[in-house]
Amino acid sequence: MSTQQFLLPDVGEGLTEAEVVTWRVAVGDVVTDGDPVVEVETAKSVVELPTPFSGTVVSLLVPEGTTVDVGTPLIAVQTTAPSVEADHPHRPAPVAPTGQGGSGREGGAVSAVEHEQEAEREAVLVGYGVRPATAGHPARRRRTVAASARNGAPAAAAPAAPSRVPSQETGRPLASPPVRALARDLGVDLTRVPASGDGGVVTRDDVRAFVDARVDLSSPPPPRHGAGPGAGASVTEPPAGDDVLVGGVPMVPAQPRETRIPVRGVRRATARQMVASAFTAPHATAFVTVDVTRSMKMLERIRGEREFRDVHVSPLLLVARAVCLAAARHPGINASWDELAQEIVVKHYVNLGIAVAAPRGLIVPSIKDAHTMSLKDLAHALGDLVQTARSGRSSPADLSGSSISITNIGVFGVDSGTPILNPGEAAILCVGQVKKKPWVHKGKVRPRDVVDLSVSFDHRLVDGDLGSKFLADVARVLERPDTALRWA
Amino acid sequence: MPAATAEPVQLLSPDGVRQDASGDRARHAELVSGVGAEQLRERYRDMAMVRRFDAEATALQRQGELALWASGTGQEAAQIGAARALAAQDHVFPTYREHGIAWVRGVDPLQVLSLYRGASHGGWDPTASGFHPYTLVIGAQLPHATGYAMGVQRDGDVGTGDPARDTAVLACFGDGASSQGEVNEALNWAAVFQAPVVFFCQNNGWAISSPASRQFAAPLARRAEGFGVPGVQVDGNDVLAVEAVVREAADRARSGGGPTLVEALTFRVAAHTTSDDSSRYRPREEDELWATRDPLTRVEAHLRSTGGADDAFFDAVRAEGDELAARVRRGVREMSDPEPLSMFDHAYAGDHPLVAQERAWLETWIATEPEEAR
Repeated sequence: MSTQQFLLPDVGEGLTEAEVVTWRVAVGDVVTDGDPVVEVETAKSVVELPTPFSGTVVSLLVPEGTTVDVGTPLIAVQTTAPSVEADHPHRPAPVAPTGQGGSGREGGAVSAVEHEQEAEREAVLVGYGVRPATAGHPARRRRTVAASARNGAPAAAAPAAPSRVPSQETGRPLASPPVRALARDLGVDLTRVPASGDGGVVTRDDVRAFVDARVDLSSPPPPRHGAGPGAGASVTEPPAGDDVLVGGVPMVPAQPRETRIPVRGVRRATARQMVASAFTAPHATAFVTVDVTRSMKMLERIRGEREFRDVHVSPLLLVARAVCLAAARHPGINASWDELAQEIVVKHYVNLGIAVAAPRGLIVPSIKDAHTMSLKDLAHALGDLVQTARSGRSSPADLSGSSISITNIGVFGVDSGTPILNPGEAAILCVGQVKKKPWVHKGKVRPRDVVDLSVSFDHRLVDGDLGSKFLADVARVLERPDTALRWA
Repeated sequence: MPAATAEPVQLLSPDGVRQDASGDRARHAELVSGVGAEQLRERYRDMAMVRRFDAEATALQRQGELALWASGTGQEAAQIGAARALAAQDHVFPTYREHGIAWVRGVDPLQVLSLYRGASHGGWDPTASGFHPYTLVIGAQLPHATGYAMGVQRDGDVGTGDPARDTAVLACFGDGASSQGEVNEALNWAAVFQAPVVFFCQNNGWAISSPASRQFAAPLARRAEGFGVPGVQVDGNDVLAVEAVVREAADRARSGGGPTLVEALTFRVAAHTTSDDSSRYRPREEDELWATRDPLTRVEAHLRSTGGADDAFFDAVRAEGDELAARVRRGVREMSDPEPLSMFDHAYAGDHPLVAQERAWLETWIATEPEEAR
């Protein structure tokens, strides 16, 4: 009999950390070598980890929702079989090479200092490549305490001394892994299932009986891991009971005062991108308010046409077309800044990025070569893109390569904003809601369809002159759609 | 020269019915007429063992025992069928996913895993099994195969009529590799010199996240015509059909008839490797469709419906698979790290001054700073 710990392995090539999503076992469970015990989410995927030991689970060392480094002990198992590695942590396999860093050798000698240095490893997604910034110049930094503190509050990242999490404390019901799997497959929340087994263990029959009784029909399904920014959120419960008095009034313990949401997935990626953009490209924003009554009438006519019968025709479609036309007149707006080469890259194509509120957060898929498309093709492409994005199925190809973007905040019922650039692009156009406003038209105040447009641009390569001309041209097309004819 | 077939060759339908052996199918059916119930049980066992091994290897990777694993699940029929069509003296130039062929050629599964654990550079002796080292550089093994086959020609081991001497070379690649220049160069070279090569493409639909539709606009097998060699498309999940097609191609190669391009249509059930997530790029409908074409299920259905095997057989195979898994698990965990100096052993066939210099440098370092060097 000995206790063994299973350390988080590198389950991809060059991963440095993973988040514990769901424990499949609880303290006291009997597990067999190869049984899946925990589900972890890496930068690449959600994977099940099988235990390398047979025995009884002594403790779960990492709470769900916690991100830990590779090598961190996950679970302790008291093994029944004699083991050659008794009381030693399970040794993970050699780490796959990441192709970054490594110690260089000069003149045949390797200094100790060089050896202490270690390239900061970053997850590399197979088939996705490394980020351009790290591809050419692997950052070699000395690992220091400061470096790890920089990554955020140490307390939130990884507990220095992992605490034991027995099932009684976490409120997890007792059940064997196959029963947990069954419950998961059937969408049953085990905490709601009355247990009939010895010592309060939920059995397979209990789960089936529970499903048959349809007790759970009105209850919400168990939370799905990684379903949104709120998944894995923890709440700070105020101390329970009558100990807490606020102004003499007992607090209602059911109402948490704060919610702590782990930053990960799309939220983390978005945060990183926005910080990179906001603090790299000096942003400037220009605004224009435009009478789009003629465009709205044109939309009505298009909607009535046979060939547009099966496709969604929206104001955004005309804006998209207007951006393509205006970008052709002002190529410098459809460009990017190449810091490394000290060059401005002017794109002679429009890969039109469209910001979409997808299930897992904000994403910007793009329509490739939008400048070559007829209005009808563009309408189809736009419809497909939004639908794919909303169903959470945008491919990595969809999400890369955009050259200029549009964000349509009008759908949220607001008029105007100052968007942050999609990193690597020189401009992003922001569209507000179209609404009837009093407007001076032909010398008289008339109710007209009016919209606010704004454009944020990267002032390193776009001056106010160019940014304003581009915006004015977009506005001109929308105000007088026949302008497009004259330009084409 | 037979043209690329309009329909992929299929001898055993997905529901396990042996197809009518008349017409176009007659030639291929004849080539596997010797595969009766007993031989089909052997092939089922091969496929089941390899699949069990594959599942164990995936689990070992998830436990941190392997740096990486490339699953071959779903491609068992293509691999076992092709390997079963070969003669002992034939040579195979594999990709990194040919676990089924390795199994039939007698390479120990643990040797395969030693590579994926990083405990060895190759893992096995290719001269012992005729199964060359796994090649991770996409398509690089095809010029090797053609070159080797031209060596076979020069040794006079083609077209002698001696079944124990005439030699064929199986060159394995995937749909993604077909876009590599060297793959096409190898094909052209082999065609021009009538080298005894069977170009065996397992088109599993996806090159990591790129669909096969992004590799070729016409069926790959039709490319054969342009090179002047026969091309044939086969149901890669039908072990019988693959065996027949590869047998015909290998016979042609051995008799001096030159190369053949075989395209086996199959499906990679798991992700490309343990380092990616296929649900992020592959439509789920595809997984569902191919689940109905499983290579093991159809052989099992056939054996059961014809009385060729019963529960006892399948139970025994399952038990044997679990034994293999246990042996593999134990073996991987007991695998020792390689001697650092062994990395120089097979860099060149003979002595090389630069390798000798580097070896001496490492030796000195290990001797003077053993802790650092580890």
